[in-house]
Amino acid sequence: MEAPIPEAILWDDWHAVAELETVRQWDQITTTLFGRDLTVTDAAPGVRIAYADGSKTLPASIKYGLVWTCLGTPQRDVIDFPESAEPDRYVISTGSFGIRVSGLRLVENFLDIAHFPYVHTGYLGVESSPQVLPYTVRVTDEDEILVTDCRFLQPQSSPVSTGSLDVGYLFHVLRPYTVLLKKTNAVEPDRSDTIVLFVQPVDEERCVGHTLVMSLHAGDPDEACRWFQRLIIGQDRRILENQRPRRLPLDLKSELPVRADLASITYRRWLLDHGVRYGAIAP
Amino acid sequence: MIELYDYELSSDAYKARLLLALLGVAWTQRYVEYYPRRQHRAPEFLALSPRGELPVIVDDGTIVDDAQNVLVHLASRHDPTGRWYPQNDAGLTSQVSTWLAFAAALTPTASAARLHDGLLYHHIDVDEARRGAHEQLAVLDEHLWFNEDAGWSWLCTVDQPTIADIACFPDVILAEEGGIELRTYPAIRRWTDRVKAIPGFIAMPGIFPA
Ligand SMILES: N[C@@H](CCC(=O)N[C@@H](CS)C(=O)NCC(=O)O)C(=O)O
Ligand SMILES: [Fe+2]
Repeated sequence: MEAPIPEAILWDDWHAVAELETVRQWDQITTTLFGRDLTVTDAAPGVRIAYADGSKTLPASIKYGLVWTCLGTPQRDVIDFPESAEPDRYVISTGSFGIRVSGLRLVENFLDIAHFPYVHTGYLGVESSPQVLPYTVRVTDEDEILVTDCRFLQPQSSPVSTGSLDVGYLFHVLRPYTVLLKKTNAVEPDRSDTIVLFVQPVDEERCVGHTLVMSLHAGDPDEACRWFQRLIIGQDRRILENQRPRRLPLDLKSELPVRADLASITYRRWLLDHGVRYGAIAP
Repeated sequence: MIELYDYELSSDAYKARLLLALLGVAWTQRYVEYYPRRQHRAPEFLALSPRGELPVIVDDGTIVDDAQNVLVHLASRHDPTGRWYPQNDAGLTSQVSTWLAFAAALTPTASAARLHDGLLYHHIDVDEARRGAHEQLAVLDEHLWFNEDAGWSWLCTVDQPTIADIACFPDVILAEEGGIELRTYPAIRRWTDRVKAIPGFIAMPGIFPA
């Protein structure tokens, strides 16, 4: 049976489907987007993307070390981050990870600061100080979700941090499957690092998280950054894969008292308002 | 001094880290970026170990590769009590060998399914890997159940854990990351809880400490 076609807001957008380096290593890889199998073939300097059954060639784009495609008709470009052009910033694709849960749940987890002390103990939080201070959430004029005024005490906030730091956070949901955070840089506390999560919906209950770090710091950043992201995601995976249902319930009452916080409620409502139902459970 | 060629998400490298922790032996890390860089297949690493697999240890100049063999080496050389790798009872030594071989056989099944799902190893036949894993887990579950029934808590008929338990534990507990549910293997789940309760136990990403 043909996989369902998701809402236009998802179908007509670009999605990251592979790390460029992996495609170059293997010459060709297979992957799945919205339940459809694709092949991504090295065709340096570019890549070729097609349905695996050969029925159709798809648009292909390369940006941030990732390979992008769109199954519908792209209505806008692959997202652009102005800070990626700052000369002293490293822009590093920090790995792609398959997780057996709806991509919407992965975005929600990314927004959830309350799990840091329990899931990322010793790195992004400490169990002795689990309280989340009040923060601000709003939907901007550009119709994006912005979470500001977060602060969190972190023992090891990044691969280069050398001690505990009171870290300021900002979260920004730009598209249904694109979310970023900016956090205080451990070396230059008046500037921030950006971590982006691009979610590839494999199907309604599986996804791949592609991570991108745009950070300022010295040392050998690539390896350390990738190590840190893998560590954090390795810790998240178990939690995410144990969530039931695997799809994200948009019924705002269902899980809220225990799980979701203000950022999460806002994300669910925003998805509901935009008609997103793929990977979700409508109320 | 022991150097361990290591990668934090490698279940095989974790076997070595876990035994080193349980033995209380100091070591230094030589980091090999398995994914995404595939440094285990780079010339520098192949010069050390042509098999191109993690972990490898260099112990006072001796190079030891193969995860199970690394456990044998570490226990033989660094466990004065001799309990982790009992060698003065031929029957027991042979039981240990059997389960070391069983652990190695999880690589193309449970471990491969996890690499497929988590680290996007697209070239693995994941249905076949999962099917093989379930066959092995059924064998393991039954064995543990009979052992428990006879009063033994571990894989071998001895009243303390051995390197057989350390070798089998990682790919078994991480199998769920490859879509292999452990729910239907109650004796396995009781055993993994016991492993986590061994004094000095350490976890890795994907494994909750007890
Ligand atoms: N949680 C996402 C992305 C990983 C990630 O970046 N997670 C957040 C925490 S959930 C993070 O790394 N934060 C890094 C930080 O706060 O420095 C995933 O599992 O793919
Ligand atoms: Fe997390």
